[in-house]
Amino acid sequence: MKIVGIESSSLVASVAVLEDETLIAEYTVNYKKTHSQTLLPMLDEILTMTEQELSGVDGIAVSEGPGSFTGLRIGSATAKGLGLALGKPLLAVPTVDAMAYQLFGCAHLICPIMDAKRQQVYTGLYTFGEEFCVLRSARAVALSELLTELAAQEKKVVFLGDGVPVSQDEIRQTLGDQALFAPAPCSRQRAAAVASLGLTYLQAGRVQTAAEHAPNYIRISQAERELARKRAAAAREAGHE
Amino acid sequence: MKDILVLGIESSCDETAASVVRNGREVLSNVISSQIALHTQYGGVVPELASRKHIENINMVIEQALSEAGVALSDLDAVGVTYGPGLVGALLVGVAEAKAIAYAAKLPLVGVNHIEGHVCANLIEHPDLEPPFLCLIVSGGHTHLARMRDYGDFEILGRTRDDAAGEAFDKVARAIGLGYPGGPKIEKAAERGNPHAIEFPRGKVDGSPHDFSFSGMKSAVLNYLNHASMTGETVRQEDVAASFQAAVVDVLVSRAVGAAVELGQDKLVLAGGVASNGALRRAMAEACRREGIALCYPSPVYCTDNAAMIAVAAHYHYIRGERADWSLNAVPNLPLKGETL
Repeated sequence: MKIVGIESSSLVASVAVLEDETLIAEYTVNYKKTHSQTLLPMLDEILTMTEQELSGVDGIAVSEGPGSFTGLRIGSATAKGLGLALGKPLLAVPTVDAMAYQLFGCAHLICPIMDAKRQQVYTGLYTFGEEFCVLRSARAVALSELLTELAAQEKKVVFLGDGVPVSQDEIRQTLGDQALFAPAPCSRQRAAAVASLGLTYLQAGRVQTAAEHAPNYIRISQAERELARKRAAAAREAGHE
Repeated sequence: MKDILVLGIESSCDETAASVVRNGREVLSNVISSQIALHTQYGGVVPELASRKHIENINMVIEQALSEAGVALSDLDAVGVTYGPGLVGALLVGVAEAKAIAYAAKLPLVGVNHIEGHVCANLIEHPDLEPPFLCLIVSGGHTHLARMRDYGDFEILGRTRDDAAGEAFDKVARAIGLGYPGGPKIEKAAERGNPHAIEFPRGKVDGSPHDFSFSGMKSAVLNYLNHASMTGETVRQEDVAASFQAAVVDVLVSRAVGAAVELGQDKLVLAGGVASNGALRRAMAEACRREGIALCYPSPVYCTDNAAMIAVAAHYHYIRGERADWSLNAVPNLPLKGETL
């Protein structure tokens, strides 16, 4: 089965074509956030180079989030457009799951961290036993809180993601030798991992229609937060009267 | 001659829209998913929420447009999409979606300027209308007086120096407690008000006879309200609405018709959301009749943001061989062709 993978949740723009256990092509750039301009030309380039027709694709795997809201929507709209035109299902892969999936066979804890601003990271917790295990699915949490939880587990933890360079000192201070850091080939998002995990979704029937797919932002928007705060304050005030 | 079918996609603000148009004039479907209910509770469009809604709805909207038109993607000749001006996050959804559809369906892609689309809305219901003509483009984000020399080619004669006409409507509506969206609410209230109750200034820009200024008019309303509240005078919401609307209409009519007369243009078209304002249409029709100018304006459904107008504009670019490539990006401040920012 042939899968196209799309990843644009962060600074990384990445597309891949996978056929069963073989990665046919992948194009990954970790440079500037120009995903709107680059993502589709990148896909076009690898398809042309490897003489592939999109019509032969069985599913479109997309990194569903969390991540940059705009970045996620560029990937999502691209996947939805392809899905609509090809009449093929979408495979919505949690971004942090796909990141962790790159560390196949790793029996330590695997902890992707993405800079989520507002003093938080997007993260999840994974390991490999016989199979890929999701110990804790995607969430936004304060780094200090995450590190306290991990310290209590007393197991080695492999960190990866764009949250690592900014948090490395704090991680080492809290976890010391417990913390390991993934090397460059598997330290960021990659569409090959999205496609590869997406293939398992397709095999398991875990599919979405292109129409129903939307990113999983995890967070509500700032406007909704402020409205909720305002309403809560108004309700408190009404309670005092 | 073989028919040309264009799919238009629009997501520049708070409407997700798709449409199929035949031969640049005949609308086969025109699907609009409005987000007004969502944004009303915030008193205006929230860009992040608009973008989220676009991505949730866009495939359904496009699929409905295709099925109502009774066409498959393989029947189409091109895909046209709004790539600016507008909210960048909102635009990106339509642009990424349109590119992917066109790419996968092996169709040519055409990028369309949203303002040009508004002008092209007039071509739908006026089959004999052809450029050149003068156009007044009035919406929540834009106020332009321009000459459309040819399809896709504009000469900008004037523009607002501050607020757009529709923006002034929204701000005044908020100030007098009518809420969002301001345009239709002011128009409704004004029906029961006296347009001569308060004499608001007719804003002008010294030395630029074709330019507009609406912030002074808006401030005059705010000053009037402040003054009334300090002196305990009762404010008749309907009178403020009617008097403010009369001032805006006066300015728009005198500038547009004045320019037509000055430049010897015998055709004037209205475009944009504010073009659906009844008072503006009536006053403009009367002034044009006096001067012997033919006036066109679209039905309300084609004044609001829609994708039929985008498909129409895309058609004329398509037949001239103009194509966007797969790197097409959203351009929030996209100028009209012929316009310098």
